[in-house]
Amino acid sequence: MAAFFDMGGYGGFVWPAYAIVAFVMVGLWTMSRRFQRTSSDELAALNPRTRRRQQEPNDET
Amino acid sequence: MIHRFANPTRFVRLADVIQPWAAGMTFLFFVTGLYFGLFASPADYQQGETVRIMYIHVPAAWMALFCYTAMAAACGTALIWKHPLADLAARATAPIGACFTLLALVTGSLWGQPMWGTWWVWDARLTSVLILFFLYLGYMALNNAFDDAERGFKASAILALVGFVNVPIIKFSVDWWNTLHQPASVLKAGGPAIHASMLTPLILMALAFKAYYLWVLLIRMRGEINAMKVRALRMRQVQQADMADKVAAGKVG
Repeated sequence: MAAFFDMGGYGGFVWPAYAIVAFVMVGLWTMSRRFQRTSSDELAALNPRTRRRQQEPNDET
Repeated sequence: MIHRFANPTRFVRLADVIQPWAAGMTFLFFVTGLYFGLFASPADYQQGETVRIMYIHVPAAWMALFCYTAMAAACGTALIWKHPLADLAARATAPIGACFTLLALVTGSLWGQPMWGTWWVWDARLTSVLILFFLYLGYMALNNAFDDAERGFKASAILALVGFVNVPIIKFSVDWWNTLHQPASVLKAGGPAIHASMLTPLILMALAFKAYYLWVLLIRMRGEINAMKVRALRMRQVQQADMADKVAAGKVG
């Protein structure tokens, strides 16, 4: 087990390489999902078909 | 034919079908690829265990070039045929490609230090990949630099197409110049020069990266479609408010 993590003495290079790949790929996926969600919420709030009909005066400028 | 898939609604329906498959493929290929890459493959007789960095470095570098090619193709499609989803596909690809390029550079550096004795050299391959990274960043910056989204799309599409000249330069840099980077050993005339025990994890990881790209691309494109609709609705609201103002002014005056 220790030999596996040691990677023949190169563990200090192999594992950081795998760690940064995992970090960046999970991070990009998470950010992309968040982007999809926020944009979908924004659209639902604007879309007259999905927006709950509110009889408020239209005072947006 | 090309306009059959131009309809965002049809695209979202298609994405609904593909997305779970892309996710499943990503996990499947990552699990098998990591198993072969970390456990079931031998150390290299020269590189030792650092050869395992190749199983992430090479797929990342392939995807860096693949994403740029896809982005440039989408930009060309957008400029020539005005395909409404092409701009969004290019915009969605750019950050993914930038991430792959960054990973290729960093993992290459982590391999270079023990094997070459240096983190970085200004040789043709490394420098041209660094330029690729800046091209991605430049594309994204220019894309967002205009208040009018359409103008940003157009300006950045031209940048992406001009920058495409860098892709063959990267590919052939190891043949054209004397570089520290080794020449191609998989995609070359006469077949791959790698033993099957090492080719297996490499191909599996390459497929994992490709499936991941497809998965994240679909997620980002749906986000971009939403954002496009939000822009259109906001624009209509402003126009309606303008019209209402004019009507009111007409009545008063």
